[in-house]
Amino acid sequence: MSQEIFVAILATAITAGTPILYAALGEVLAERSGILNLGVEGMMLVGAVSGFICAYETANPWYGLVVAMLAGGMMALVHAFLTVTLRANQVVSGLALTMFGIGLSGYLGQSYVGLPLPAPFKIIPLPALSDIPVLGPVFFNHDPVVYLSYLLVPMLWFYIFHTRAGLQLRAVGENPAAADSMGINVFRARYFYVIVGGMLAGIGGAYLSLYYVPSWMDNMIAGRGWIAVALVIFATWNPANALWGSYLFGGIDALGFRLQTLNVTVSPYFLKMLPYIFTILVLILVTKRNLAGRIGSPQALGLPYDREER
Amino acid sequence: MNQPNLVELNNITKKFPGVTANDQVNFSVRPGEIHVLLGENGSGKSTLMSVLCGLYSPDAGDIIIRGTKMQFRSPRQAINAGIGMVHQHFKLIESFSVAENVILGDQSIPQVLKMHQIKNYLTKLSQRFGLQINPSAMVWQLSVGEKQRVEIVKMLYRGSQVLILDEPTAVLTPQETGELFRTLREMTATGRGIVVITHKMHEVMEIADRVTVLRRGRSVATLEKQQINQQDLAWLMVGQDILRQEKKKIPPGDKHVLELKNVHCLNDQGLPGLTDISFTVHSGEIFGIAGIAGSGQRELAEVIARLRPVSSGDVLINNQAITGCSPRQAIDHGVAMVPEDRLGTGLVPNMDAMDNLILKSYRNKSLRRGPFLNRTLTREKVNQLVSRFEIRLNAPDAPVKLLSGGNLQRLLLAREITSDPQLLIAVYPVRGLDIKATEAVHNLLLEQRSKGLAVLLISEDLEEIFKLSDRVGVLCDGRITGIRPADATGVEEIGLLMMDAQNQGETTI
Ligand SMILES: Nc1ncnc2c1ncn2[C@@H]1O[C@H](COP(=O)(O)OP(=O)(O)OP(=O)(O)O)[C@@H](O)[C@H]1O
Ligand SMILES: [Mg+2]
Repeated sequence: MSQEIFVAILATAITAGTPILYAALGEVLAERSGILNLGVEGMMLVGAVSGFICAYETANPWYGLVVAMLAGGMMALVHAFLTVTLRANQVVSGLALTMFGIGLSGYLGQSYVGLPLPAPFKIIPLPALSDIPVLGPVFFNHDPVVYLSYLLVPMLWFYIFHTRAGLQLRAVGENPAAADSMGINVFRARYFYVIVGGMLAGIGGAYLSLYYVPSWMDNMIAGRGWIAVALVIFATWNPANALWGSYLFGGIDALGFRLQTLNVTVSPYFLKMLPYIFTILVLILVTKRNLAGRIGSPQALGLPYDREER
Repeated sequence: MNQPNLVELNNITKKFPGVTANDQVNFSVRPGEIHVLLGENGSGKSTLMSVLCGLYSPDAGDIIIRGTKMQFRSPRQAINAGIGMVHQHFKLIESFSVAENVILGDQSIPQVLKMHQIKNYLTKLSQRFGLQINPSAMVWQLSVGEKQRVEIVKMLYRGSQVLILDEPTAVLTPQETGELFRTLREMTATGRGIVVITHKMHEVMEIADRVTVLRRGRSVATLEKQQINQQDLAWLMVGQDILRQEKKKIPPGDKHVLELKNVHCLNDQGLPGLTDISFTVHSGEIFGIAGIAGSGQRELAEVIARLRPVSSGDVLINNQAITGCSPRQAIDHGVAMVPEDRLGTGLVPNMDAMDNLILKSYRNKSLRRGPFLNRTLTREKVNQLVSRFEIRLNAPDAPVKLLSGGNLQRLLLAREITSDPQLLIAVYPVRGLDIKATEAVHNLLLEQRSKGLAVLLISEDLEEIFKLSDRVGVLCDGRITGIRPADATGVEEIGLLMMDAQNQGETTI
């Protein structure tokens, strides 16, 4: 393989990994607060379609991105209401959210299917940095949304592990009763992080329809939301791990695409399976590791909290 | 003392579905006093204190702090008003460090955490009150005594003027209890008010400046120090005399019910948990295991109940080796156990009393109708058990996690004893129980002994061990350091066996 192709594959790995990365970061936040949200796929779809419609009508991808964020947040609000206030089963609520998102996005996007976006996000090579051999074109020759994620990952990591608010976030997900007894508002924290998680999923979805494709197609997230959910476990609820995990999945995605263009005769269906096979393998490996060590999921993940419950 | 009361609770009422846990309760705390709250299991002590610390909101009644009427809508408001509580079940985050647990919820520190500074400050704070803690240690590595110190430091850090401790001594060794009481005394010297909940009479006599007694959710009396005496307190609490059954003088049988031969096993950390344990328990005998907490008691119980693998040696029941058996096979051989952790290992918290009671017997043909359970018959059987063992159920189909400690223990004993065991392993059987429930459990054990049951009694309380046991084995550092007849041995000798080996253990580190 020539160096150019190699660099191109790596660069595509990053763009292909970015929507997964945003969604996974959002899910890290939600799960750190103790709420499992399996609605990621649905939130991404609604983000993708609403972002696309807005960007199509306004011819400005930034407006699209903001609308996608709000739409994802709205979807997550429904989940927060069901699971935090009504203490509904988080798995059921999340699955319902995904089904709802598939239907809603299909309905909203009916008349936009296949339309080309007038102004998608554009590649902006970073001055100086993009001239570095190999690393430059791989990392610093992208669109602004990718650069944003470069900032977001270390910020979230620092936030979760080194700030007062991050400590409270982790406390709420580990032991809400203890957090509550120390005066932390468990309900508010859970609402907040579930909604922020939805916003990030919305951005992830919109990245596909505003840059990666860029167009709206029915069900265009195509399981990336589920990969993001699996990735959170893989990343042991740590944003830094989510970063390279996303690029790994993005890389598999990109590789499939490239192999086809290189005329390697592999069934395209097999290539489409690859990320999911890999997800299953990773899950097996990670759960084994978690059983052995003490790094596990947030202790209260999936459990509703009621102050007067014993 | 004419300073205003730190706390006044007037006519507090708190109802839960099916129970009135507090019924017009009055309670107050003066500056500089240690106020003991006394009452049977389920009399509403924890509930009252949870109301005071803002966790539960009362259905009626007033909370008055230093003369101002307050309405706590959350624990934060109570903390800000200077109320701190160390709960019966610790509220610590196991995967956090001590320092992280202590500063949790404090909004006055900068957003970006400077753990180094915080740790220095905590070390100073804890030293000032003679509480030894290591701010960098992870909570899951701490012993119960250490966890409790962390809880207290947590409250001091938040500037609590009123400190509530819910059964702080239930899990402590006598030495740790002594230390705790000294610390509490020091804190009252600075004008703080302290509330302690306990079931142990001698502790009441030792530390109480005042005592308030709750009975079935009502406050029946508040006594000043001069008025306190044990008989009256027992009367106020229970409303009746407590029957003490003397140890029956029937000598134990000579059948070897349980025999351990050179048993070795590992603990959870993969280190030697038990080393070369050999002893025999006969039919109709209570064999007490004394020892400092964490000397291998849990491992011993688990090895016999087949919950933990043996690395070498043999466990025999009625001369049959059960070393390779599953827990169910052990049950079939007649091993019953009342574990240390009632809700975790002993009972299923979310199932009701009936389902918990038939957990071991549901496979019996007599309780079944074809492949189904015979619900009418089981309900009848369960009702018999409930009345025979005096289990107080608020609602028959409520999950058992809502029961108070004493009732949980009765439920567990009822199930284990009626499973017709050959051997009963009782691990800290009266931990957290009130005097009446304690007596009841002791009487049950003695009664079963006289019927020929072999009992392995594991306890930290030497008084209990001497009261019940025929022979005492002392466990230390995973070894048996001595086996003595209970009647012909003094407490001091047993204490020495516990201590001696402890010193050895320390010198080898
Ligand atoms: N969260 C709850 N939900 C329902 N019922 C409860 C709850 N908390 C307590 N109860 C009930 O209220 C009564 C009082 O319980 P509480 O825990 O205050 O007793 P306690 O005096 O602390 O007993 P113990 O000595 O066993 O700790 C009991 O009947 C208990 O079953
Ligand atoms: Mg209690």
